[in-house]
Amino acid sequence: MSEILKTEKLSLWYGEHQALHEITASIPANEVTALIGPSGCGKSTFLKTLNRMNDLVPGARHTGGVLYHGAEIYAPGTDVTALRRQIGMVFQKANPFPMSIYDNVAYGPRTHGTRERKKLDELVEKSLREAAIWDEVKDRLRASALGLSGGQQQRLCIARALAVKPEILLLDESTSALDPISTSKIEDLIAELKKQYTVVMVTHNMQQAARISDRTAFFLLGELIEFGSTEKIFSMPAQKKTEDYISGRFG
Amino acid sequence: MRKRKAALEQLMRMVFLLCGIVSVAFVLLISVYLIIAGLPAIREIGLWKFLFGTKWAPTFSEPAYGILPFILTSIYGTAGAALLGVPLGVLTAVFLAKAAPPRAASLLHTAVELLAGIPSVVYGLVGMILLVPAIQRLFGLSSGACLLAAILVLAVMILPSIVSVSENALRAVPEEYEQASLALGATGTETWFRVSLPAAKSGVAASIVLGLGRAIGEAMAIIMVSGNVANMPGLFRSVRFLTTAVASEMSYAAVGSLQRQALFSIGLVLFLFIMLLNAFLNLVIKKGGGRR
Amino acid sequence: MKDTGMAKRLARDRARRGLLYFCAGLTCCILLTMIGEILYRGLGSLTWKLVSTQSSYLRNTIGILPNILNTLYIIFVALVIALPVGVGAAVYLTEYAASKRLVRVIEFATETLTGIPSILFGLVGMLVFLQLLGLQEGILAGGLTLVVMILPTIIRTTQESLKTVPDAWREGALALGAGKWRVVRTVVLPNAMDGILTGCILAAGRIVGESAALLFTAGFGFVLNDFAGSLQSSSATLTVALYVYASERGETGVAFAIACLLLLLTLLLNLAADRAAKKFKNREAPVCRKS
Repeated sequence: MSEILKTEKLSLWYGEHQALHEITASIPANEVTALIGPSGCGKSTFLKTLNRMNDLVPGARHTGGVLYHGAEIYAPGTDVTALRRQIGMVFQKANPFPMSIYDNVAYGPRTHGTRERKKLDELVEKSLREAAIWDEVKDRLRASALGLSGGQQQRLCIARALAVKPEILLLDESTSALDPISTSKIEDLIAELKKQYTVVMVTHNMQQAARISDRTAFFLLGELIEFGSTEKIFSMPAQKKTEDYISGRFG
Repeated sequence: MRKRKAALEQLMRMVFLLCGIVSVAFVLLISVYLIIAGLPAIREIGLWKFLFGTKWAPTFSEPAYGILPFILTSIYGTAGAALLGVPLGVLTAVFLAKAAPPRAASLLHTAVELLAGIPSVVYGLVGMILLVPAIQRLFGLSSGACLLAAILVLAVMILPSIVSVSENALRAVPEEYEQASLALGATGTETWFRVSLPAAKSGVAASIVLGLGRAIGEAMAIIMVSGNVANMPGLFRSVRFLTTAVASEMSYAAVGSLQRQALFSIGLVLFLFIMLLNAFLNLVIKKGGGRR
Repeated sequence: MKDTGMAKRLARDRARRGLLYFCAGLTCCILLTMIGEILYRGLGSLTWKLVSTQSSYLRNTIGILPNILNTLYIIFVALVIALPVGVGAAVYLTEYAASKRLVRVIEFATETLTGIPSILFGLVGMLVFLQLLGLQEGILAGGLTLVVMILPTIIRTTQESLKTVPDAWREGALALGAGKWRVVRTVVLPNAMDGILTGCILAAGRIVGESAALLFTAGFGFVLNDFAGSLQSSSATLTVALYVYASERGETGVAFAIACLLLLLTLLLNLAADRAAKKFKNREAPVCRKS
């Protein structure tokens, strides 16, 4: 169980407000790690630090280290675009580009230099299969992605993220806007994906975390309260706050 | 008392209705008048000779009324202005909407608004004093008043329209698209050019239509820099546009003369041109941009 | 190969950014050059004598007072007529219109009017007002021509302004038994005034800069007139005067001085329009006429 991504005493501020307090955590490879906690506790913020999407927020600054394969990702001179290729992200609300399904999935590979038609075709099919949506769209790859249902669009976004062959996939509450059927489809998908990828997912649905994750991290008010195997967290949490959250006493 | 109030309400409704259809009335009036005024000369000169005749010499002993030089000049002038103004304008809009640090953006905004407010005669004046002599010196011509000067002036004139409408369209692109692109590892400019601009396609197209419409209808800005000789168009030749043809000869064409009536016909041709251009471009926009 | 691929992409990214900065810079330079030239060549000639006298062949002097007055007269004439009609049309479109088809036709016609070049307005203006209606070249004919040109601006800004008046206020008044006209007069219009004012200022800005429509309707006259006199006598506005002085009389100093004046006027009008627009956005509580 190697650790692929690690933070060391990571603290983050948005302007004057401190959103993360000295988080130290290790994300193991080929496992699903769930980040749970009440709204506003910093789990999404933490997630966005992992692929440097927080760089886009004006006034965001941090202290501490974020290490990917042992190398600090915020070191000056780091190639952010290469980083984001290896650490992909799927957002809360599905955001397919206003292009065809094919072009959506091909966007990433094209950006990173793949131009050959044959290669792109293969890559698109592979990614759509991995995202469990190939059968539904194989006959209309040229149709606009915006014509798909919400659940399909989100699976398309997963396919799009997979097309650049990342190592890690970050899911930011990716099923919270979906109906139960789509949600369960994506949950099955995540269970499959972890064989090849590492998944870190933010969710405010505890049952979901209990169902599909291997490890769980509980955040509260910007602090990492507890981080351990899902089984242990949900049956015998070490911290009282964790126990209170899980048993529904707050949040 | 109630009857009077009801009557007043009815009256005001009528009044407002009349005001409402005034625009329609005006458009009809303008179209009808241009047609009435423009047809006689076309009928007398002959449609083919009028539209495709290459010589315009109404005051010669053997008068000729061919307006092809004007038509071609207007087309080339507008196309040239678009060729220069559209890329510059769209790229400036991308800068304003995406790349500019906030203070630079607001400064540039003010600059563009100022440009938009300058009257066309002033553009013509500056063109006449700055541009024309410069062209004369640069290319060794006897006079710098030519099609090139007009194209440059027109390009600058349509810049503000293109920049402001395109900028609005770019700002309206949902942030989620750009975030998705960046999360996939694309750089900033890759995102702006491959995601934001295509998503803002119809707005940018609308700005181009706006710009083209302005360019083809402009008269005063270019009358001072284009030389006003009824030549077939050439980049360094003194030329006349459909608009400047009307503006320059109207004051001394005798009332009732064929020359004067031919000027009205030029006006009619210009009107039809613009209507067709708008219809065509709107069709293209609807086909290209509206996919939902 | 991956590394050089990345380096190339980053280099291209930087080049593209450079291109964007270049274009923005070019646009700025163009503006600065224009304004610079105008001020440089015009401010010197912008004397008090110039703006307060009229041109005289006898004394061989040039004065643009008549042109300044003509411009003001024509703004007045055009607005006085266009405002009621334009506001009326906007009121019809937002408050009264029953048939959606008619609304679309009217809006299409208004859109069409904005696309027609000013030289054509001038042409038709000449045909209708001078030839057909028998008016003389002057501020009246010119003003009427401008009415048609600025109508779309007034209609559009008034419409926007009317749309910001919440329906709740209309419904409140109607529920008290007020007729539609009464509602419009006492509740809707008073609260849309700021927006209408902005539209006026924008229209005035367009009028100040207009020239092609006035050549054959208002004419080229340089005689000093009072308002009544100017209505039917050939009167050149500032823009037309600029054109004449620059291209026919070769007085480029005077032309640039007029350009400075025009720039100043446009700037002031734009600032006024901005201030009015800001006030219009910040309005909160409804203004109600008592009766």
